[in-house]
Amino acid sequence: MAIDKTCELFECGHRACGGCGAALAGRLFLKAAGTETIVVSSTGCMEVFSTPYPETAWKVPWIHSLFENASAVASGIESALKVQGRKEKVVVIAGDGATLDIGVLCISGAFERGHDITYICYDNEAYMNTGIQRSGATPYDASTTTSPAGRVSTGNKRPKKDMPRILAAHGSPYVATASIAYPADFMQKVEKAINTPGPTYVQVHAPCCTGWGFDGSKTLAIGKLAIETGLWVNYEMVDGEVTKVKKVVRKPVEEYLKEQKRFRHLFKPAPVTGEIAKIQAIADRNAEKYGIDIKLPPKKDA
Amino acid sequence: MALEIMEGSIAVAQAVRRCRPQVVSAYPITPQTHIVEALAEIVANGELAADYITVESEFSALSACVGAVAAGSRAYSATTSQGLALMFEVCFNMAGMRLPIVMTIANRALGAPLSIWNDQQDSISLRDAGWLQFYAEDNQEAVDLHYIGYKVAEDHRVLLPTMVCFDGFILSHTYEPVNMLTQEEADAFLPPFVPKYRLDAASPVSMGMYATPEYYLEFRYETDQAQKRAIEVLREVGREFGERFGRDYSALVESYRMEDAETAIVAMGSICGTTKDAIDEMRAEGKKVGLVRLRCFRPFPSEDLKAALAGASRVAVLDKNIVLGAGGSTPRGAVALEVRDALYGSTTPVLDYVIGLGGRDVRIEDIKKVVALSEAGDGDRFYGLRTEVL
Repeated sequence: MAIDKTCELFECGHRACGGCGAALAGRLFLKAAGTETIVVSSTGCMEVFSTPYPETAWKVPWIHSLFENASAVASGIESALKVQGRKEKVVVIAGDGATLDIGVLCISGAFERGHDITYICYDNEAYMNTGIQRSGATPYDASTTTSPAGRVSTGNKRPKKDMPRILAAHGSPYVATASIAYPADFMQKVEKAINTPGPTYVQVHAPCCTGWGFDGSKTLAIGKLAIETGLWVNYEMVDGEVTKVKKVVRKPVEEYLKEQKRFRHLFKPAPVTGEIAKIQAIADRNAEKYGIDIKLPPKKDA
Repeated sequence: MALEIMEGSIAVAQAVRRCRPQVVSAYPITPQTHIVEALAEIVANGELAADYITVESEFSALSACVGAVAAGSRAYSATTSQGLALMFEVCFNMAGMRLPIVMTIANRALGAPLSIWNDQQDSISLRDAGWLQFYAEDNQEAVDLHYIGYKVAEDHRVLLPTMVCFDGFILSHTYEPVNMLTQEEADAFLPPFVPKYRLDAASPVSMGMYATPEYYLEFRYETDQAQKRAIEVLREVGREFGERFGRDYSALVESYRMEDAETAIVAMGSICGTTKDAIDEMRAEGKKVGLVRLRCFRPFPSEDLKAALAGASRVAVLDKNIVLGAGGSTPRGAVALEVRDALYGSTTPVLDYVIGLGGRDVRIEDIKKVVALSEAGDGDRFYGLRTEVL
């Protein structure tokens, strides 16, 4: 079934920052999900900017319970719908802190049990709602309020946790990564995830102008640069195997990093070339692992 | 109805089956486990048309119930002690969202030190979560309170989650004769759950929104009002149960031999059975002792309790919990705090006894000693403290 791109189930007038990547993710995933959807939100930016009582941006049934339990709540909804013979789809939308950190127990349980739910993580790479603290999704060397760059620190000490692989290892039949900078691709992946029986996962890269430090008019451009530098890879995994990868003619990582205040310490007062090289190495490993470089022979990409 | 001798946990599971939850979500923990094992068997045998979610933690057990009830299904869970503590956040959330459920608590002490044995610290510690809390004296009452619990919880005047508490091991693992309703009787008393709101694509609502300071206080007020309305609903539903099945639960406090009683014992749960036996013996010896048993701790039936204690010269409270740090230089339990509040302005002394924690057995002789201590004005103390191991 074709996605009705004119369908708007995420009402305007919510309180997200201008240029919020997560808000776009919310609007786009609902276009793909459609009206026969029950949405479960974790505590976080999207929950807060969309539902200050008594206002709501959600035109589909929506529930928020706690920070870390969205997938358990979704399990209960799916279970109830099954017993009642109802056909609505259950979709979780949660941030990276809720997904990669505090909610892992509940997500692992829900995926292991095989509930027919779709879990979408909008990944803005830190705890933005509480004021930009690092999460397990924060990239290497990003400066956040709990991983600040300083005289003896170059920012976040660890690379991003690979949540898609963790959930693929749970036997999820469909795991995908996407970016709000590629809306059609994201919506197709959401639709595919929802229509695949069982627990499915989509992690969508959602640049945060406030937390990353760039102008709100550049959200899509920053999202594209993440893809074009190989620091974010869009791919699909079906039954644990990578089946589709977004290929690019890669740009050096500096082009992405230098646009964001969270990496400013790598360039000012002087370029920290050793650290930039380490980040370039992360992109190179991604490129090799997923075969994203267009210059590579096509056989390797299969 | 037929009288059957069965283990408390099995009796509870059979009662839950007759309440027809559509979603059961639970996690094993001693001494609750027999209940959810029995329910798993009941579901596996097709005797209950429920989806049984084998969650990975108690936190998820109750979280899944939040989803199930929000989607319009009757749900059930059971836990105790550490499991209930792990549910702490969900408990407050579920009550605030006004999602009704019945959850059985097989009361057990909280660690550290680790203890699998009985006291009532676990549910008492959830005192302020917004749940109704019923405490059963015996397995018959534990069973009946499940039917009553669902009916009260789901009443649109209430819409609050409910804990049916019964003492771990002392009741959960004890075989007693129990009158079990037939399915037809249960269905006639407890109709299917009719949610006030539910998650439904045909009629979208947003649940669990956040409240700014302009609204938060009013949400808390509404929840407190629902607790207060539950007092009347509980009387009404308890009376109906009595009219149908001959066991009346309209009283939130039960007075036992309180006529002309000078010493009134106040307690909750299985300790009341022992206390009644002790009272019978003391009455035979000419002592004017009675019991006022709390069947319901939330809402707290202050007026009923005050009326029941009106003629007493002194009140001895048996607290199977402790509010650590309360009471100045003397120990204090949560029940005594409530009793004192209910009797505020009265000159009747209220003497508190922290007793039976972590499974320490309480016998008839102990109750008699407590009464003697209270007569001597010696209260607000631990009972049975082994000073030699301190």
